[in-house]
Amino acid sequence: MAAEATTTDAMVEAPRPRRLDRPALTGVLVREVVNFGSYWRASTFSSTVEPTIYLLAFGFGFGSLVSEVNGLDYVQFVGTGTVATAVLFSSVFPAMFGTFVKREYQRTYDAILAAPVDTEELVTAEALWIAARSGVYGCVPMLVAMVFGLDPSWGMLLVPFIGFLAGYGWASFGVLISAVMKSIDNFSYVTSTIITPLFLVAGTFFPISGLPEWAQVLANINPLYHCVQLVRDAVFGLVWADLWHVSFLIAFGLAAWRLAINRMEKRLID
Amino acid sequence: MSPSPQDAVAIRLRGVVKRYGAVTAVNGLDLTVPAGTCVGLLGPNGAGKSTTMKLLTAQAIADEGELEVLGLPLPGESKAARAQMGVVPQLDNLDVTLTVEQNLLVFTHLYRIGRGERSAAIERALQISNLGDRRGAKVNELSGGMRRRLLIARALVHEPRLVLLDEPTVGLDPQVRQELWALIDRLRSEGTSILMSTHYIEEAERLADTVVVVSHGEAVAVGRPGDLVAQHAGREALEVYGPPARLREVEADAQGRGWPTRRTGTSVTILRAEDLDGEAPAGERRPANLEDVFVLLTGEEIA
Repeated sequence: MAAEATTTDAMVEAPRPRRLDRPALTGVLVREVVNFGSYWRASTFSSTVEPTIYLLAFGFGFGSLVSEVNGLDYVQFVGTGTVATAVLFSSVFPAMFGTFVKREYQRTYDAILAAPVDTEELVTAEALWIAARSGVYGCVPMLVAMVFGLDPSWGMLLVPFIGFLAGYGWASFGVLISAVMKSIDNFSYVTSTIITPLFLVAGTFFPISGLPEWAQVLANINPLYHCVQLVRDAVFGLVWADLWHVSFLIAFGLAAWRLAINRMEKRLID
Repeated sequence: MSPSPQDAVAIRLRGVVKRYGAVTAVNGLDLTVPAGTCVGLLGPNGAGKSTTMKLLTAQAIADEGELEVLGLPLPGESKAARAQMGVVPQLDNLDVTLTVEQNLLVFTHLYRIGRGERSAAIERALQISNLGDRRGAKVNELSGGMRRRLLIARALVHEPRLVLLDEPTVGLDPQVRQELWALIDRLRSEGTSILMSTHYIEEAERLADTVVVVSHGEAVAVGRPGDLVAQHAGREALEVYGPPARLREVEADAQGRGWPTRRTGTSVTILRAEDLDGEAPAGERRPANLEDVFVLLTGEEIA
């Protein structure tokens, strides 16, 4: 979809670099991976400990009141639900803050765009890297839940991929927010009005079937809800409805990705 | 790579205009950098030097005019041009938690150096910048001069044919500046084309084969530093010192006689002093310099 219809006038000795070409993506990814070596401890800590605390707090807190939800033990329900929380936290926040800092404070993107890398490749590589990380971090609450009685299943092997897909959309969304906001202080508006409600109305801690109808409709346009459903079904048994959940996450990822590129171009290229 | 006619010119700008809202940062700029030479863009802050640099990497898009880098039209072919270009930014944007070597490694990837050639490229960059013994040091442990050398080395990992230097020695002490000048001079002697923006007169005089004096986004004079001085400011300048009242008197008198003058904080400078008759006021004679040219042409003092 991205490869432009380049009419190859084969008169130049070196082939003309195309859109979204691999060396550019690799270059940006290598920069991220090398840098990750210096901050992975902090990043891994915050991305995994927080959802685990939610899991334990809700698991023990509500678990003593509620024994079963939708036919699942509450710990199984929350253990799979907080996978999506971990994916969200480890993708949207690093994307928002990380890209803002690299653009405005460290001026990293000026250096990258002076190399043969375009904004499209820069944004794509950043989102891919964050998505890969959240695919891994997303598994942590599930592993913790296994200690508390979540039974292993083959479907669990799909969870990192679901985390990657949802993480790609959230990372792109985070890049988009960082490109739209003029100041890092304004991020709190987005956190309070968009991310926190989405995080709560996603069927993570309680099923959305108990909510009023309008809230259920809203939950259906919440990507996090689709991520929660997919993870649960992957662990406990896939159903046909999961095609809809996957389609929704793909559409969310594509839309957020293109919008993020568009807004970043406006920010980075005068 | 076979030399072709287009290779003889590293940069060619014709009538380039760049506006930011009501502000015109670059206003019909013409600029040519012949291959293998160093061209100095000399101008005060706000003359449009940095904007010009951004246009050359397509980090800003011109509103009007033609731009060509290494024979490739911008912004259309900018990516191919950037692959053969090295850029040293004015603001330090190194990855500060990484080591010297890691910073270079990242750029061997960004500049598409093949796997087999990466370590040789890093060694060469370390050698050019004389940072071999600090290769394992983190950037935030380096001095300002070393960081600047690393910034230059980073732009050279892929042996670019053209290097853009945006104010390469701004904010550094004189000794460090000398070191960097030696580094840039060596690059030029090896045949790399260089476009350097600066607001230091001495830097332009020492390093540039051709100086382009820019003011308000336009080139107001182009030539070799010595020629520009001879053409616009003559051979000698006479500095007359005194209290403000005396300076005003000297200035009025000189203007009355049609002598070109410029005012600095503590003196009045009478240019083309070699042509003065015996009526010249007492003062110190010195060789005319590029600064005299600049002030004469633009009416602006340069810091």
